[in-house]
Amino acid sequence: MRIGVYVCHCGGNISDVVDVKKVNAVAEQEPEVAFVRDAEHMCSEDGQKLICDDVLEQNLDRVVVASCSPLFHENTFMKTVAKAGINPYLFEMANLREQCSWAHPSKAAATRKAEDLVKMAIAKCRLDVPLARQALPIGRDVLIVGGGIAGIQAALDLADAGFQVTLVEREPAIGGKMVMLSKTFPTEDCATCIIGPKLADVSQHPNIRLLTYAEVEEVSGYLGNFNVKVRRKARYVDWEKCVACGTCAGKCPTKVPDEFNQGLSQRKAIYLHNPIAVPHKYLIDGLVCRRLKQDGNACGVCEKLCAQKAINFADQDETIEIRADTIIGAMGFDLFDATLKPVYNFGHANVITALQLERIIATGSSGPPLRAVGNRVAFIQCVGSRDEQINRENCSRICCMYATKLAQLLLRIDPTRDITIFYTDLRAYGKGFEEYYKRAQKAGIQYIRGRVAEVQPDPEGRTLWITVEDTLSREIIESEYDLVVLSAGLVPARATDRISELLKLAKSPDGFLQEAHPKFRPVDTLVDGVFIAGCVQGPKDIPDTVSQASAAAARAIRLMNKGVYETEPVKAFVHEERCDGCGQCVTVCPVRAISTGKQKAQINQALCKGCGICIGSCPTEALDLHFYTTQQLEAQIEKALEGKSADEVRLLIFADNVCTYRLADNLGTGRLSYPAETRIIRIPSSARISPQLMLYAFHKGADAIFLGECDHKASPYTGSVDAIERNLTVARWVLEEEGVSPERIRFSELLASLLTDFYKNVTSLVKLAKKEAEPITPEQRERLGERAKGPLPEVREGAVIHG
Amino acid sequence: MVRKIKLQAKNREFCRKISELSGEVVMLCEQCGTCAGSCPMSAEMDITPSQMIRLVQLGQEAVLENKTFWVCASCYTCTVRCPRGIDPAKVAEALRQVKLRQAIDYIQIDEISSEEAKKLPSVALVAAFRKMTG
Amino acid sequence: MIQIPYYPGCTLKNKASNFETSALAAARALGLELVELPRWNCCGAVFSLSSDDLMRHIAPTNIFLRVQEMNRDHLVEDEYRLVTFCSMCFNVLRRTNQRLRESLEDRNKINDFSYLETETYQGRVEIVHLLELLRSMGWDKIQERVHKPLTGLKVAPYYGCMLLRPKDVGIDDPERPTIQEELLRSLGAEPVDFPLKLRCCGSYQTVPDKDLVANLAYDILSRAQKAGAEAITTSCPLCAFNLDFRQKEIQEKYPMFLPIPVFYFSQLMAIAFGLPQEVFGLAGHYANPRTLLATKGYLQATSPLEGGEG
Repeated sequence: MRIGVYVCHCGGNISDVVDVKKVNAVAEQEPEVAFVRDAEHMCSEDGQKLICDDVLEQNLDRVVVASCSPLFHENTFMKTVAKAGINPYLFEMANLREQCSWAHPSKAAATRKAEDLVKMAIAKCRLDVPLARQALPIGRDVLIVGGGIAGIQAALDLADAGFQVTLVEREPAIGGKMVMLSKTFPTEDCATCIIGPKLADVSQHPNIRLLTYAEVEEVSGYLGNFNVKVRRKARYVDWEKCVACGTCAGKCPTKVPDEFNQGLSQRKAIYLHNPIAVPHKYLIDGLVCRRLKQDGNACGVCEKLCAQKAINFADQDETIEIRADTIIGAMGFDLFDATLKPVYNFGHANVITALQLERIIATGSSGPPLRAVGNRVAFIQCVGSRDEQINRENCSRICCMYATKLAQLLLRIDPTRDITIFYTDLRAYGKGFEEYYKRAQKAGIQYIRGRVAEVQPDPEGRTLWITVEDTLSREIIESEYDLVVLSAGLVPARATDRISELLKLAKSPDGFLQEAHPKFRPVDTLVDGVFIAGCVQGPKDIPDTVSQASAAAARAIRLMNKGVYETEPVKAFVHEERCDGCGQCVTVCPVRAISTGKQKAQINQALCKGCGICIGSCPTEALDLHFYTTQQLEAQIEKALEGKSADEVRLLIFADNVCTYRLADNLGTGRLSYPAETRIIRIPSSARISPQLMLYAFHKGADAIFLGECDHKASPYTGSVDAIERNLTVARWVLEEEGVSPERIRFSELLASLLTDFYKNVTSLVKLAKKEAEPITPEQRERLGERAKGPLPEVREGAVIHG
Repeated sequence: MVRKIKLQAKNREFCRKISELSGEVVMLCEQCGTCAGSCPMSAEMDITPSQMIRLVQLGQEAVLENKTFWVCASCYTCTVRCPRGIDPAKVAEALRQVKLRQAIDYIQIDEISSEEAKKLPSVALVAAFRKMTG
Repeated sequence: MIQIPYYPGCTLKNKASNFETSALAAARALGLELVELPRWNCCGAVFSLSSDDLMRHIAPTNIFLRVQEMNRDHLVEDEYRLVTFCSMCFNVLRRTNQRLRESLEDRNKINDFSYLETETYQGRVEIVHLLELLRSMGWDKIQERVHKPLTGLKVAPYYGCMLLRPKDVGIDDPERPTIQEELLRSLGAEPVDFPLKLRCCGSYQTVPDKDLVANLAYDILSRAQKAGAEAITTSCPLCAFNLDFRQKEIQEKYPMFLPIPVFYFSQLMAIAFGLPQEVFGLAGHYANPRTLLATKGYLQATSPLEGGEG
């Protein structure tokens, strides 16, 4: 074996603090290291060329680069070594910048740490094995969940590109919220006019199979092989026969509030979803139809009248099985339920939501108005947004503009109106927005900066009284209005919870679906092959929705276009001789990739995400993880602690790749220093760290251990936090039995933004190890080494069980 | 009277002091005005509750001469409505405490007429003395 | 009889004695013997909102220690709930209890300082407002005890501040409470909703500025009247003073104002339970409640000179 080690100066970022020559010297002493060199910028073209040339000239077969964070340049260097003919999984990095020179200003301490980090990387590299990316076949079938403008746009892009699309929509017709709108800001295009052609395109496209009034019930499988069960709800009208003449609805005796018109009008039990519904077919609401609810002989007027004989009371829900290669989630949003803010008195006849006002204006041009609007109108912004009292901290992004638009439209219909918009901040960030806002001000719409405190009904009449501080003049205003419009915010659509569980998608803290990376992968999710687009990912307007939809389509095409896709080879595997078929791994796997056939664990390599939860949970240590094998972790632990002197302490940090490692990098990037006694080991999930490994770490000299993992709400690996808690319980139990303080191991759920949490945890643990806890004796460390060899107690249903 | 002010280290210090005494992160206030609109006593105040907080944010010690926090009835309506999760009642208390701890009382006990003193329930007297005297 | 420790607070022993009389009697009628705390002291009326003012938390802590002593001395058996009626006391006691439960450091400091006490406080006591106790019994149990349903009596329940705010202290939703309405319905009365039932009455500002309180009280009372209320209920002696006794100042400022009686909710309970008239506590009012009650038939007609100056 001939390992080449490169220590990067990073233009002074590393070399100003870390003594690079010393690091070189240490690297040279390590076994199997054949060649060591330092350079200014390893990531530059020159740097990369150096590696390629050296591999040839020095006959190197493995490479270690000690430079910046692997989250930064790992992919770059992996491609470089691959070009030089070395398997990219024989390449390792040591993080000497974000987690060393940037975080520890003391040159001596940073250099010590750098030496250890390089030794750890070399030790891991020595034990690397070549791993091959598998090329798996992938077809051209896409499932899109949600038929609003996001789903429609993605569907058309994919269908036009020659892919087969199944578009599933829960409502009887497609168009989502956009088809409810009157006009769109800032251009005041008629919403139905511009979406109309797209609706027609979708229904007629040969490559799109449209399933409306249908819901996704079950999802199994993986990228290239999804199996989905869709329940097509009974509609009691044969859509092959219905010609939408409307005679049935004319005579139907049952009236209920019309959801499309937001409750402002009524529809019949047999109804057309909306005036421009696509598909343009009637259906029967089984919950209110007399014939269907009561008995088989009631009513039936529609059946008698239908000339096409399209009514079918015997209709049943139908389960349709669909296979898909990729999936796009575009479930959209719902409007915030304003009854959750009782101070605004939603429920009073003259307090309405913006969506209700959209319907009033949209229907106003083609018939009698849904209701009167009056002369003095007030808009209240930030209803259900930016509000800690109801746990909705996010801004809903579009309300400032839609209120401006609605105000403009009302004024145009009746220029004598007196309209006021009560806002907190006026967010007019998009193209043409500021100009539109200015036109609204010019037209005479009054903007008052104050968050409305109360809306109270007038005791005598039907008007409303608004109490608010005009924060710009500091006057308290109490004024009377004919109509109060609540600019309600956007919340994730009802279906989001259910669908996200089915697809195993993570949610952001605000409840919307989480993208894989906020900057570079805005429409990907951490589930391979599943993309998201539109408001399900977060509030946005129509142009941004359409952009995301086309982006999601492009990302799906990118995966499917070549007919094959490459998998990451970092997967779990089984040491069969140690497996006793207990099945613990089966239950903890977040993607159900494990089964126990023939009394041994079997791992589906296509499904496996390489998180490592199963490995940490295996009582016999029969499971292992490529690229993060137990042997490799033990080697890294040894090297991290090897150089420790008797009066020093070491805190080993196991950092999950998604959040904690990123968080540690962020501290360095922010030049926030923390104790240099820390040594960070990167793993996909901290659940990979079994209690045996934790004890081994103490055996080898660790004085404290910190496990960091993504907050369970944001984690792509469901159940990782629970698994870590179980492993912790066992390790702490053993520590306590051996007389070592269990406080020496700590675990925290983190997000990449929680810099102070990380800092506090790390500093207090180091303090504990240095000053507070009884020092660990050599005898205790020996004992812990013995205990690490097992067997260890297990945690079942919260209780620690021995044997 | 329009003033021109310089923002200096001592202003930051006053803000920090009130934040610590009240236990509230005063800098979080985004001046939305919800507290002022909700306050039942605002008509009696010389500056609105939100303006009081603004002056604390800017570290203007002159806010201690305002009437606003003395007129506060500690009704906690602002507390349950602030969209940033701040408790303006605690900020008002901190400002009162700064004055009271300098032995500057807002009400003088001997100015309460004996007629009123006989009428008032003990809870009113105890509460008023707690809030407005040292 | 279930025995539960009871904290009256100062005002219930002087100006608001009718609250105590009616509430203790109504509770007894429901099988609850509320046993007065021995050696209790004033709670301080308000909760100190400063971060550093531990001294002001000592008075309430002493009260909690008395509950522990009651148990130690077998005045109650294994009962660490402390019932109180006065909203102000309730708020101070519950908030102080929360603070002490949350902070080990504060608890230790106060316990250390109170070295003359025979026990330390570790957060064992649970503060309960009488309305909460009634709710947990079940309104049907309350209804069973009613002999003279208050049919046709339109009452606007007034909540004020201390019962509901802040959120983690309150006994009901701070913007849409229903607990008093539920009680009134179980008594057979007709609760009247009005928008200012949560608006502060002015509280302790009544000491330096009765004019301010007169304005606030006028808004509250006239709005209730506009909504059809014939009477107001409250749970706070300070609210009762501001809404009832300050009607004198209101009438001076607003001559068209019609007086409206202000009851403690327990008084209506006593009337509805058909208890002896002595416990109704009708002497402690300013706006005369007798006329209304007599008209509705809940009272025998008595001398018009008894009780009420209005």
